[in-house]
Amino acid sequence: MKELSLNVLDIAQNSVKAEADLIRICIEETEESLTFSITDNGYGMTPEVLARVETPFYTTRTTRKVGLGIPLLKLAAEQTGGDVTITSRHRDAFPDSHGTKVVARFYKTHIDFTPLGDIVSTLTTLIQGSPSIDFEFSHVTPDTEVRLDTRELRQVLGEEIPLNEAEIIRWIADYLKEQYENKKI
Amino acid sequence: MKSLAELAAIREKMKDKVVLREGTTNTRIVVGMATCGIAAGARPVLNAFVEGVDKEGLNDSVTVTQTGCIGICQYEPVVEIFQPGKEKVTYVKMTVEKAEKVLKEHIKGGKVVEEYTIASAKKA
Repeated sequence: MKELSLNVLDIAQNSVKAEADLIRICIEETEESLTFSITDNGYGMTPEVLARVETPFYTTRTTRKVGLGIPLLKLAAEQTGGDVTITSRHRDAFPDSHGTKVVARFYKTHIDFTPLGDIVSTLTTLIQGSPSIDFEFSHVTPDTEVRLDTRELRQVLGEEIPLNEAEIIRWIADYLKEQYENKKI
Repeated sequence: MKSLAELAAIREKMKDKVVLREGTTNTRIVVGMATCGIAAGARPVLNAFVEGVDKEGLNDSVTVTQTGCIGICQYEPVVEIFQPGKEKVTYVKMTVEKAEKVLKEHIKGGKVVEEYTIASAKKA
């Protein structure tokens, strides 16, 4: 993947497929590291599946025999000296608290660190594709703090205007971009 | 500064339009957004279609949606066009520039851009 924001998009698509209705994407940066976590309340994975997701030959899809999302993320993190941790609770064993959390840590000073890239596009792509799922996003760096919670937008918009209307998507992109330009003092 | 109050104003403006639109769209543009598609550059292609449809004022008749892997990963980014009464058209190895051309010539003009289809890619 050319930018980490594409890995974020790819991993969050797994949460969409797991029928989550709330997906949290948190990015925390220090001078040296970038850590992102994607937490969902989807149906989760059993311990057996969880043990296999890091291998490229595991996939749930039927159109091809390899699944590369998690292995690509692991590669991107590990080549900077970082790591990926996945925890999951399957709905059969945890009917009231199921879901999956993926945490990936990267060292920015490493030569193989891939920049985050266009995270705003990743968010608008997710919302465009899944307008009924709620997304909570935060990105905190030493000098910026950016937040978005689609539940707040939904409250204002009401039932009749879906979040994937072009005008709403554009507003969300501008809303995020403005926050990125607005540095902390 | 963008505010939620501004969003409320957009809502008032859009309310009637969205209700009118329900059930009127007839063209579907479907972009593959699995790992294979994303790695090959599907995100900017999707955005080009979303923005292009809006810019051309086609929101009433065209919807842009996302799908997973359809099994032809070597041809990603893949875009499928569904129109009532017509055969599905599959465009392969898409880019932002190609998306703009498909929007103009196929979606607006009604003429399939043959050179970008999977049939031409297989011949080459």
